[in-house]
Amino acid sequence: MTHVSIQELTKVYPGATEPSLDRLSLEIPTGELTALLGPSGCGKTTTMKMIAGLLEPTSGDVCFDGRSVLRDKPENRGVVMVFQNYLLFPYMSVADNVGFGLKMRKTDPAEIKRRVGEMLDLVKLPDLGDRKPSALSGGQQQRIALARALIVQPNVLLLDEPLSNLDAHLRFEMRDLIRSLQQEMGITTIFVTHDQEEAVVLADRVALILDGQMKQYEKADVFYKRPVDEATARFFGGHNFIPGHSNGRAFDCALGKLVLPEGAKSGAGKLTFRPENVRIGHDADGENNLDAVIEDIIYLGTQTRLKLRVGDTALEAVVNPNEIENHPKGGNLPIHMPRTTLWVIE
Amino acid sequence: MGKEPLGIRSFRVLTGAVLITWLILPLVPLAIWSFAKGWFYPDILPRNWSMRAWEYAMSDTAGVLDSLWLTIWISLVATILSILVGVPAGRALGMYKFRGKEIVELMILAPTIVPGIAVVLGIHSIFISMGLTNSVEGVILVHLIPTLPYMVLVMAGVFANYDPAFEAQARSLGASPLKTFWYITLPAIRPGIIVGGLFAFLVSWSQYILTLLIGGGRVETLPLLLFNFATSGRNDITGAIGMIYILPGIIILLLTAKHLSGRSGAVGGFGQI
Repeated sequence: MTHVSIQELTKVYPGATEPSLDRLSLEIPTGELTALLGPSGCGKTTTMKMIAGLLEPTSGDVCFDGRSVLRDKPENRGVVMVFQNYLLFPYMSVADNVGFGLKMRKTDPAEIKRRVGEMLDLVKLPDLGDRKPSALSGGQQQRIALARALIVQPNVLLLDEPLSNLDAHLRFEMRDLIRSLQQEMGITTIFVTHDQEEAVVLADRVALILDGQMKQYEKADVFYKRPVDEATARFFGGHNFIPGHSNGRAFDCALGKLVLPEGAKSGAGKLTFRPENVRIGHDADGENNLDAVIEDIIYLGTQTRLKLRVGDTALEAVVNPNEIENHPKGGNLPIHMPRTTLWVIE
Repeated sequence: MGKEPLGIRSFRVLTGAVLITWLILPLVPLAIWSFAKGWFYPDILPRNWSMRAWEYAMSDTAGVLDSLWLTIWISLVATILSILVGVPAGRALGMYKFRGKEIVELMILAPTIVPGIAVVLGIHSIFISMGLTNSVEGVILVHLIPTLPYMVLVMAGVFANYDPAFEAQARSLGASPLKTFWYITLPAIRPGIIVGGLFAFLVSWSQYILTLLIGGGRVETLPLLLFNFATSGRNDITGAIGMIYILPGIIILLLTAKHLSGRSGAVGGFGQI
């Protein structure tokens, strides 16, 4: 049960001119599961290592429950980091791996044995204790690495790309396992990932880091509905950015005058909306109706991506394949955009 | 092993036979001499056999056993010191990039290139001024010059293929730096330590010039004793001491055949950095 507070955390590696992480501040409430999301090399793993005490920050502070932990050695922080490639100790059996943290804490061997058994049950691999890590599959190694971390009941759990090395069908199993264990034990958990899907699927809240700086820290759905800027929207698969001018109620641009939702920004900016929120057909009330031409149709199996043009403005839409069946390439397509799906960014 | 063409197969058998002959054959006369009571041309084998040379070698008066224990002691301490220096040095060379690394590598390798006799006279005068000559300690210290390059080389190869993230993982799980070394680092580098240590032991074991000059003849290791008997024409006793002298080499070869085959990656040298 630990509230993690990261304050102006900065890391400049020796010899580097640009900081790998630039004044990152983040408050992670007790027991929450937070994702640090960003492209590779954006400073996510650096942040994790600094929280774990494996790397010294250039400046800034890491506090647990209001107390700075920078002077605490990694073994005394109550933080366990699970690395992306699991790092199971190859010279030890699976059971010895899981029990390693307890052994380091000088726990009684009988007690270690009992708790290792419990932990292996919890990750649903009760019979693998005697094996060597090399005899396990990737998914099994991942679960053992998780068991090895959780057995010491850390205050803070750090996961480096926890799902990225797993097959699609294992991902959801692992996601459910991580979430249920994390909720059950109430461990404040931070994980890093470059995959926005992984972040959205697993985390309570997502912190997006681009170029060493935090862009936005919100519940996952906000990144889709209310991105803070174009880079953020693009990272989450946004394609439509139309320059124009907002008066807070309507947006004046090449598409015409579109009605905005409440709380939209005023002034010069860009209108953005998700491709999947473009509706086919005109709205009965005549709000935000447009007439588009279909430039291209890209069939993606469960959905279809449309490249549209309204006047001289290119748009992208993602629709259900059935909706587009009778509309050939090059034809006209009436569309509308519900006002709640629109958003204005700078 | 699948089927291979007859030509390659017979070539392999032939080279194997040549290698074994080359290594074993010179030892045969040595072994025969140690049991011979005179062995003269044109006899193929000695006419009379005797255990005399062995009895003498094992007696208290000959000093062979004292010399054996002294040699083992010197080589053992030199090996342990080589490990203590070679592991951290190998880690630095294998894992980190730093300014002047090439020069440091060259300096460490230098003793394997420069003949010992060329430098030992200079070392001798320095050791005299430090009062280290004519002592076992001085001999052990000077043995480190040829043993260290092998130890550092082997460890640099081991650490070049070593992932320090395992150590970070252990720390994160609550292990102190000392426990991390004991439970994580040591098991990973153990084959390298064994191979490098055995190299160091053998190199120290076979030192002659360094021991002679720095020990001043008072530190009489097995090679010195062997040389005395060899030059005095006692072929039977030379044979017996020679057999004792090659024993560690054979034992080590048998023990490490697995590690030396190259598959374990213990012997990498700077080539893998």
